[in-house]
Amino acid sequence: MNLLDTSKEAVNQSRQERVTQKIQSLSPMEQEILVHQYHPDYKKEAYREIQFGPNQGEKTVHELADLLEADSPVADQNLSLTPDYSVDLLVIGGGGAGATAALTAKAMGANVLLATKLRLGDANTVMAEGGIQVAISPDDTPLHHYLDTLRGGHMKNDPALLKTLVEEGPAAVQWLIDIGVMFDRDLDGHLSLRSGGGSSKPRLLRCKDYTGLEIMRVLKDGVQNAQIDLLEFSPIVELLTDEEGACTGAVLKNIDNGRFIVVSAKSVILATGGIGRLHIQGFPTSNHYGATADGLSIAYRAGAQLTLQDTFQYHPTGAAFPEPIAGILVTEALRSVGAQLLNVKGERFINEMQTRDVVAASVIRECQEGRGITTPAGRRGVWLDLPLVDLIQGEGTLKNRFPNMVRQFSRYQIDITKDPVLVYPTLHYQNGGVKVDVDGESTVKNLFVAGEASGGLHGRNRLMGNSLLDIIVYGRRAGKATAERARKTDFKKPTLKHLDRFHQVQKEAGIIPTSVSPILFPDYVNRK
Amino acid sequence: MATATDYLVNVQIMGKPYAVPAGITLVQAMWHVGLEVTRGIGCLGGVCGACATHYRTADSYKLKSGLACQLIVEEGISFSLLQSFPVRKPTYHLDQITDPKQELFKHFPETAFCRNCNACTEACPQGIDVRAGIWKANFGDFKGSAEHFLPCVMCNLCVPVCIAEISSNQVGLYARRAQGVFFEEKTTELTTRINEIKTGKFDAEWNRILSMPTEALKTLSLA
Ligand SMILES: Cc1cc2nc3c(=O)[nH]c(=O)nc-3n(C[C@H](O)[C@H](O)[C@H](O)COP(=O)(O)OP(=O)(O)OC[C@H]3O[C@@H](n4cnc5c(N)ncnc54)[C@H](O)[C@@H]3O)c2cc1C
Ligand code: FES
Repeated sequence: MNLLDTSKEAVNQSRQERVTQKIQSLSPMEQEILVHQYHPDYKKEAYREIQFGPNQGEKTVHELADLLEADSPVADQNLSLTPDYSVDLLVIGGGGAGATAALTAKAMGANVLLATKLRLGDANTVMAEGGIQVAISPDDTPLHHYLDTLRGGHMKNDPALLKTLVEEGPAAVQWLIDIGVMFDRDLDGHLSLRSGGGSSKPRLLRCKDYTGLEIMRVLKDGVQNAQIDLLEFSPIVELLTDEEGACTGAVLKNIDNGRFIVVSAKSVILATGGIGRLHIQGFPTSNHYGATADGLSIAYRAGAQLTLQDTFQYHPTGAAFPEPIAGILVTEALRSVGAQLLNVKGERFINEMQTRDVVAASVIRECQEGRGITTPAGRRGVWLDLPLVDLIQGEGTLKNRFPNMVRQFSRYQIDITKDPVLVYPTLHYQNGGVKVDVDGESTVKNLFVAGEASGGLHGRNRLMGNSLLDIIVYGRRAGKATAERARKTDFKKPTLKHLDRFHQVQKEAGIIPTSVSPILFPDYVNRK
Repeated sequence: MATATDYLVNVQIMGKPYAVPAGITLVQAMWHVGLEVTRGIGCLGGVCGACATHYRTADSYKLKSGLACQLIVEEGISFSLLQSFPVRKPTYHLDQITDPKQELFKHFPETAFCRNCNACTEACPQGIDVRAGIWKANFGDFKGSAEHFLPCVMCNLCVPVCIAEISSNQVGLYARRAQGVFFEEKTTELTTRINEIKTGKFDAEWNRILSMPTEALKTLSLA
């Protein structure tokens, strides 16, 4: 037997003994030390200063800084700015935040155009597994939800954004149920609630491990039934602004024929999602194919301030084996029903229900200090003992409650009801983003940002289940605010004036751009 | 366990022969041989249905269907991604419907003409018993139908194979949404909480907490 198999056997052998084993949580102090020492957010070489623009002098990872400082793809195009479309609201991004905003604004009578890079619904939202948080059990309150999230975010969350999230959460979930989203129920018909990492009360609503699929499927169907105008495979490449710098529309690119599309809009909602496909610091990712931080560089060029642009969530349990699914998420919900993390010696090393940054840091520590397991492709990881879930919760739990996970691994002849799987942190979520107020408006007038592309709400670490709530609460708020604004404002002239200002400060900083952003897609094509 | 790069297998992509490393997915094989793919990829995680594909394996007479981000290359496999095609999507408004079970036949009249050939079930990459789901919807068992269609990724592979021209995934989605809107138990716990928030039950506590310094919030324990 090789080391890998021996180690796996050790895990299988010790399972029974570990059923009742408890591991103490680290004290807040110990957590800080662990995170500072091992979490990728604290790796100095990975960061640099942003050299110009609204966040000049602040730090972020090289991968993002390069995009923020890159040139616009329309800079030298001599583009005619005669609009192809004129709408009250242009929503950009066909994930959960974008679809929710579009539906809300349309229901209020706004004339809405929804443009997205891939197809409607090809997004991080559809991939969400674990669930959506909402404080509804009798012994739970919005205040508990607030405090848990604040602590999980290392007290850096924007208090106003967070209060609005937890207070409007129940109404947002009610809206989902009213349009046909089905969450798991207990035997008595009540909504079934479970615990997530960093939460003091059970607060997670789920639809098996297909929560995002269920939500996205319904939202997408809603957008189609509402007959909202839709442009697929038409990513945004630049914003349009007026003389005063307020947003007046956007330039899209039809990626089938390469032509630009000019949209004049009273307001724009950027709901372009996350950053995973930039593979920051070489990490694999759990994100969908289009998660390339497009919204951040585009908003930045138009003068929008970013916040917490230096912090990312590395989900502790991305698959490390088999190679084709490296980075794919192994949902946290499995840990909340008992799955344990073990090192090469079959020993536990962390309380699995601490926040994600703490657990991820502990996995990295084990691997760096030689207690990880090396895969045939050369990745490192630790064991996540999944069969334990059936042992603790009863046979069939994995099959019934985590059908997606069982199916994913069975495609590679791995039976997660019998064997543990190898995991390593995967780049999962952009904690920060474009700074917004409680209506989702950025520091650029008429430019709204909703969902993962926005920042502030989650502080320096997002809690499980808060992002799905975020996209519904803030998708609705942004949709409402823009629909109301459309009634009170007129169309303003679409220009590219902000690019002149951008080029000016770029020049003053002594930077000659050598690349353009957004990149739209990661490049995996072998060109040898 | 074999390494991804241990050995090469021979495959055909859109009719052209290539050798690619064993153990990779069909999408990864396309990248490996230098193909740009934009249409045909969404999540890369088996849940969005963008990468629907037709394929044949060396040992079988069958034309199979699956998800290219999930299928693994094997010796002799031949595949092409599915071109997108228009799927009929009836427009309906659940808030204006009174009898969703009867209304099924208004929006999807062809559903009643299922001829039980089971081609849909065989085409489904998610292992859904599509035919059973359709019949349950026909008979008004929306709950049963909804359970069948839970893992549906809307890849549309069940649509072109249907001899009765049913867009089965759309029927499943209708049944699920109608089940959720009309027939699930009411969520009183949510209604209660929404009212408590509206009527200011937590306002005093909010005032107390929001006026506390951050340091104190770190350790504050709520009742
Ligand atoms: C695997 C996985 C599991 C998760 N599980 C959970 C969970 O259990 N609970 C939870 O709360 N959160 C979870 N999350 C996080 C959560 O799903 C996302 O943060 C959230 O859904 C983001 O929604 P969004 O609408 O902001 O972005 P997305 O859903 O990613 O949508 C963004 C959309 O914009 C499009 N786009 C990108 N660039 C452009 C452009 N230039 N022009 C036009 N369109 C563009 C994208 O293609 C996409 O359609 C998970 C995330 C992943 C990846
Ligand atoms: S790319 Fe989403 S299912 Fe394959």
